[in-house]
Amino acid sequence: MIPGSFEYHRPDSVASALEILAEYGDEARAIAGGHSLIPMMKLRMADVGHLVDLQAIADLKGITVQGDTIIIGAMTTQQELISSAELASAAPILREASLQIADPQVRYVGTIGGNVANGDPGNDLPGLMQCLDAQYTLAGRDGTREVAARDFYEAAYFTAREDDEILVSIKFRATTGGYAYEKQKRKIGDYATAAAAVLIAKDGATCSFASIAMTNLSDTPVWCEAAADALVGSSLDQAAIDAAVAAMLETIDPQEDNRGPVEFKNHVAGVILRRAIERAASRA
Amino acid sequence: MSKMQINITVNGKKQELLAEPRELLIHVLRERLGVTGPHVGCDTSHCGACTVDMDGKSVKACTVFAAQANGADITTIEGLGGPDGLHVLQQMFKEHHGLQCGFCTPGMITRAYRLLQEIPNPSEEEVRFGMAGNLCRCTGYQNIVKAILAAAAELNAAKEAAQ
Amino acid sequence: MNEMTPPKTERAAALKGLGSARKRVEDARFTQGKGNYVDDLKMPGMLFGDFVRSPYAHARIKSINADKAKAIPGVVAVLTADDLRPLNLHWMPTLAGDKQMVLADGKVLFQGQEVAFVVAEDRYVAADAVELVEVDYEELPVVVDPFKAQASDAPVLREDLEGNMEGAHGPRRHHNHIFTWEQGDKDATEAVVGSADVVAEEMVYYHRTHPCPLETCGCVASMDKVNGKLTVWGTFQAPHAVRTVASLISGIAEHNIRIISPDIGGGFGNKVGVYPGYICSIVASIVTGVPVKWVEDRMENLMATAFARDYWMQGKIAATKDGRITGLWCHVTADHGAFDACADPTKFPAGFFNICTGSYDIPTAYLAVDGVYTNKAPGGVAYRCSFRVTEAAYFIERMIEILALKLDMDPAELRAKNFIRKEQFPYQSALGWEYDSGDYQTAWDKALKAVDYEGLRREQAERVDAFKRGETRKLIGIGLTHFTEIVGAGPVKNCDILGLGMFDSCEIRIHPTGSAIARLGTISQGQGHATTFAQILASEIGIPADDITVEEGDTDTAPYGLGTYGSRSTPVAGAATAMAGRKIRAKAQMIAAYLLEVHDDDVEWDVDRFVVKGAPQRFKTMKEIAFASYNQAIPGVEPGLEAVSYYDPPNMTYPFGAYVCVMEVDVDTGEADIRKFYALDDCGTRINPMIIEGQVHGGLTEALAIAMGQEIAYDELGNVKTGTLMDFFVPTSWETPYYTTDHTVTPSPHHPIGAKGVGESPNVGGVPAFSNAVHDAFRTFGLTHTHMPHDHWRIWKIAHDLGLHG
Ligand SMILES: Cc1cc2nc3c(=O)[nH]c(=O)nc-3n(C[C@H](O)[C@H](O)[C@H](O)COP(=O)(O)OP(=O)(O)OC[C@H]3O[C@@H](n4cnc5c(N)ncnc54)[C@H](O)[C@@H]3O)c2cc1C
Ligand code: FES
Ligand code: FES
Repeated sequence: MIPGSFEYHRPDSVASALEILAEYGDEARAIAGGHSLIPMMKLRMADVGHLVDLQAIADLKGITVQGDTIIIGAMTTQQELISSAELASAAPILREASLQIADPQVRYVGTIGGNVANGDPGNDLPGLMQCLDAQYTLAGRDGTREVAARDFYEAAYFTAREDDEILVSIKFRATTGGYAYEKQKRKIGDYATAAAAVLIAKDGATCSFASIAMTNLSDTPVWCEAAADALVGSSLDQAAIDAAVAAMLETIDPQEDNRGPVEFKNHVAGVILRRAIERAASRA
Repeated sequence: MSKMQINITVNGKKQELLAEPRELLIHVLRERLGVTGPHVGCDTSHCGACTVDMDGKSVKACTVFAAQANGADITTIEGLGGPDGLHVLQQMFKEHHGLQCGFCTPGMITRAYRLLQEIPNPSEEEVRFGMAGNLCRCTGYQNIVKAILAAAAELNAAKEAAQ
Repeated sequence: MNEMTPPKTERAAALKGLGSARKRVEDARFTQGKGNYVDDLKMPGMLFGDFVRSPYAHARIKSINADKAKAIPGVVAVLTADDLRPLNLHWMPTLAGDKQMVLADGKVLFQGQEVAFVVAEDRYVAADAVELVEVDYEELPVVVDPFKAQASDAPVLREDLEGNMEGAHGPRRHHNHIFTWEQGDKDATEAVVGSADVVAEEMVYYHRTHPCPLETCGCVASMDKVNGKLTVWGTFQAPHAVRTVASLISGIAEHNIRIISPDIGGGFGNKVGVYPGYICSIVASIVTGVPVKWVEDRMENLMATAFARDYWMQGKIAATKDGRITGLWCHVTADHGAFDACADPTKFPAGFFNICTGSYDIPTAYLAVDGVYTNKAPGGVAYRCSFRVTEAAYFIERMIEILALKLDMDPAELRAKNFIRKEQFPYQSALGWEYDSGDYQTAWDKALKAVDYEGLRREQAERVDAFKRGETRKLIGIGLTHFTEIVGAGPVKNCDILGLGMFDSCEIRIHPTGSAIARLGTISQGQGHATTFAQILASEIGIPADDITVEEGDTDTAPYGLGTYGSRSTPVAGAATAMAGRKIRAKAQMIAAYLLEVHDDDVEWDVDRFVVKGAPQRFKTMKEIAFASYNQAIPGVEPGLEAVSYYDPPNMTYPFGAYVCVMEVDVDTGEADIRKFYALDDCGTRINPMIIEGQVHGGLTEALAIAMGQEIAYDELGNVKTGTLMDFFVPTSWETPYYTTDHTVTPSPHHPIGAKGVGESPNVGGVPAFSNAVHDAFRTFGLTHTHMPHDHWRIWKIAHDLGLHG
C-alpha cells in the first residue's frame, strides 16, 4: 500500500504553519504523529497535496500543571501522557486511558492533538476530553479561540475546527475523587467495542459530582449529562447506577460492524459503563 | 514528484539521500540503504515487523514518511549486535527458540531492546503488554517472552557485575 | 575401546542427533536481520509489478483502458488477459485439476481478482498507475452462499465450464457444482443410523479463514533472453512442483527453469499454490528482459491468495444407550470459491477429510463431500494442517461432545469408551485408512490427570451454582479434544499432485574431512529443517550435526521433492534423509572393513565409527572413513561417499494428542480468558524437543485465533469484511495464553526413525479444544452447538439466546 504524492512542509512556528495552511487551502493537511492520517493516505482514502508537519513547533509540546489547571500541548505523545508523573497525580485517568490506546509503537508517536482533532469516533481521547470538560485552543490566522470538547464534535470526521486552524493545546482541570477508563476491545491494536470515561466525587457517602462519556458508540463521542445527573445526590446505589446507565443507553447510537450488531453493543455499553462507574466510585 | 534531501543517521552512520517525501521510512531503509532487517508484514500499522528505534522510540517504519524522518537517528536490528557478536537479546532469542521463520524477529528484538531500556526488570505481564505491537505467526510468543525475560536477567546481572 | 575413546553416551551427545534440544543453526542469521526473504532481493534494472484488482465479486468487464496509466513516466507495461491470450497464459491450471484466470478474461468472479498487471520502475510508480487504469464493469448477481449457489436458478459463475458436466473428479450435477466425493458404506451407515438407540445430528460449520503468514506471497522472475534461462525466486512451499508447472504452462524446457525459495517468512499452506502474480511476473520478465518483482500487500494476501476451510459439515452420529458409537454419517458442502484451487492430492478432492472418524473405533461410516463454486476467492489450502484434517478433527470432536450431551454422559468418558485400543493397531478405519500406531488411552489418562479433570469439573459445577445465585457473571468451560492427525502424504500409489508422486528426497555428500552437506526437496518456512534434518543424519552416520549443512529450496541443486506442507517433511523427507544416511553407512562399512582388513560382516556400528567385533580397540571413525573414501583405491568400491534416497512412504503417519483448555467466559461482554491450556502430543520419535515445543506453541496460537475470531467474512455482495489485521484476528502476546506441553511417544512402525511429524497437530487439536471449551461453559444451560468463530459478540449471543441476560 503506497500513498500518493505530496509536497512536504516542516514549519517551526504556529504562525508559519498557519500561513502554509492558508496558502494551500483544501489541499493542505496538518500531520502530527501520522498514525491516523498515514494509514488513510496509504489506503488512498485521504488525498493530501501539501503535508504540514507540526513536529518542529516547540510551542505545541509539553505538559504544564499550574495549580489545578492542566495544559497539554497538541503534539504531546500518548507515551508522554503515560509517563508524566505530574499528570498521573493531577489527572490519573489520562494515564489509565492512554495505556488502552493501540500498542506501544503507536503511542510513542500518536499525539493527543491528533487523537482529538482526528474526529474518528473510534479515538479514545475525545470522549475522555468531554468527560473532563476540556477546552481546545485553536489557532487561526485571526488569532486563537477556545472550543469546548463537548461542542467540538459534529459528526464522524467533522469537527468545529476550520481547515485552516491548528489545535494548539488542550486545557482542563485536575481531577479529584474517583475515576475510571474502561474499554472493551477485541485485541490490542483494535478500537473500542465500547469504552467509558467516568469521574465521580463524593461528599461523605453521597455523590457530589459525576461526569460520564462514552466512545465508539455513536458518530461522535457521547457525553451524557443525564447519566451524571442520575448519580449526583445519590449514594451510588444500584438504582442510581441503573438510572445512569439507562440515560446513557438512551443517548448512544451504535452501528453494526465487525465488532458486533447493535443489540450487542448496547448491552456491552451498559456493562462497561456500569463497571466504570463502580470502579470510579470505589476510588472516590 | 520532486525529491527532497533526507539526512538520517542509521545504525550510527550518517546517510544523505534524495527521496520523494511520501516514501515510507521502511522503503528508504530497505530499498535505498539496503537495510533489509526490518520487514513489511501488514501495511496497516498492525504487525510491527517494520519496527525500528527512532530517536529513542520504537516506531513502525511503515507508518513514517521519509520526510518526517529527516534528521532522525535510527537504529535497526542491524545496529544492535556488533561485529564481535550478538546482542544479549539476539543470543537469548536463539537460546530460547524465540523465533521460527524469523520474519518478525528483527522487529521483535528491536522493540524488546527499547522495552528493556524503559523497564529493565519487567514481569512476564509487562513483557506481554510491552510487546503487543509486534505480531508473530509462528511461535505463539511463549519463547519470545522467555527470551526477553532471560535477556533482562542477563543484562541486569552484567550491570551489577560492572558496579 | 582404547583409552582415548570417550564412552558411547558422550560420543552420542556430541553428535547432537535425535532427541537433542539442539539450538537452531538458522537463528544466527535471522536474529541479526540477515535473513534473505524474497522482498530483500534487489537486482539491476529490476521492475515492479502491481495488480489492478476487481472491486466487485461478480461482474462482466466491458473494457479496460490503461492509456492514462501508461502515460505516467516509469510505467513500462500494463498487461491484461488480451496480452496473455496469445501465449495461452491468460488461464492457468490449478493444483486441483481446475483452471483459474491469471488475469480477468471477460469477467471477474471474486472481489480482489486480478484484472491487469502494471509493470513499472518502482513500487510507487506502479501503485500510482494502478489507480489510473480504468475498468468498466457491469455488475452481475453475486452468490456467496454455497447452498444458494446450487439452486436451479442460481447464476452461472463459471461460464467457461457451461455444458461441461464432467469435472476433474467425476460428474458435476449443477452448473456451480465441482465434484462429489464419497467414501464408506452409505447403505450400511444409513441403516445403523436409522435403527440406533441414540442419534445426535448437527450442522457443524468450519468458517473460512486464512493462513496469513507474516510474510505475504511474492516472487522475482528473471528471464535471461540470451541463454534462454528463467530463474524465479519466490515464496514457494513446493519449488520443484512450481518448476514443473511453470514448464508445462510456459513451454520453457524444465532444465531451463530454476526455482529458488529463499528464506520464507511462514507459509502455513498459503505458499503452496501457484498464483497469478507468479505467472504475470514471469511473463513481464519475458516481455521486458529484466527481472520483475511482485510482492502482494496484506490486503491482497487476505483477499486473493489461498483461504482455508469453509466447510459445512452435516453430521449424524449413532450410539448405543450406554455410549458405544455405532456409526457416523457426514455430508459436507465445501465452498471452494470461484476456482477450485485446493492443494490436495489428486485422488483426494476433499483431502484426507475421511479421517473424520477420528480417534474412535467407529465400525460403520459414510462420507460425501460436494464441492461448490461461489463468488469468493479460490484456495482451500491446508492451513497448518494436513489436507482438510483440521476440518475433520473439528467435526468429530464437536459431534462427540454433542453426542455426550444427548447421552447425558461425561465427554471424557464417552471418548475413552470409544477409543481405538492399542492392540487394534494397525487399525483399518471404516473410511479407508490404516492407522499405523497409537496408544490413546494412555495419553488421555495422562492428560486428565495432569489437569485434575475431576477437580475442574467440581469447580465448574460450583461456579454454575454461584452464577445461578447471582454471585458471578463468569462461567468456566472445559474444552477436551483427543485428535488423530494423518500426515506424511504420501504413498505414491495413492498420492500425487498434478501427476507428481508425493515422495521426497535427500542427497548427501560427505566431504573428505568428514563434514557433510545434505540437500532436500523440501523447504523450511520456520520449521528449522537445517537443524533437525542434520540431527536425523547425525544419528544415522555418526557425523556431528554441527558439521552437516542442510540445503533446500533450489531446484538446480536439490533433488526433486514435493515440498513442505501437510506436515510431510519429517515423515517423508525425514525418512529420505535417514535412508540416504543408511546408504552412506553401508558403504562406510565396506570401507572400514577394508581399512581394518576384516570381512564386512566383522565390523559393527558404534555411534560414530565401525569397530571390529570382539576387538573394540580396532575401529575406524566416520572421519577416517570419509577421508579414506577419497584417497584409497578400494577394490570394488567407487571413490567418494555420497548417496541419494527417494523415499516413497509405505503409509501415512498418524500423530495424535490430548488437549485440555480451561476457559473463563464472561456472559455479559462475551470475552473469554484462557486460564489454562494443556497440550499432550504424541508425534512418535522426538527429533528435537525444543523445536517440537515451539511448533506446538505456534500451532496452538493459530488455533486460538481461528476458534476465537479469525475469519474471512463476506457480505452479501461478496465484499471482504475482514481484509486487514485490524479485523482479521491475529492475537498479540497479550491475548495469547501460556501453554503447558507434554508428550507420550508411540513411534511409527513403518517410518525409519519412528517419527510422525508435529508441526500441524496443535492447529488440528487446538481448534476443537478452544471451541469445545466455549460450548462446555454453556453446556448446563442447554447449548448444543453454535458456529465459530467465538468472538465477543457471538459468545454474548449464546448467552443472550439462552436467556442469561435476564
Ligand atoms: C494500529 C493502530 C491502532 C490504534 N488504536 C487506537 C485506539 O485504540 N484508540 C485511539 O484513540 N486511537 C488509536 N489509534 C490512533 C492513534 O492513536 C493515532 O495516533 C491518533 O488517532 C492520531 O494521532 P496522530 O498524532 O497520529 O495524528 P495524525 O494521524 O497525524 O493526525 C490525525 C488527524 O488530525 C489532524 N491533526 C493532527 N494534529 C493536529 C493539530 N495539532 N491541529 C489540527 N489538526 C491536527 C490531522 O490533519 C489528521 O487529520 C490507532 C492507530 C493505529 C495505527
Ligand atoms: S508493516 Fe509496519 S506495522 Fe506491519
Ligand atoms: S517467527 Fe515467524 S512470524 Fe515470528
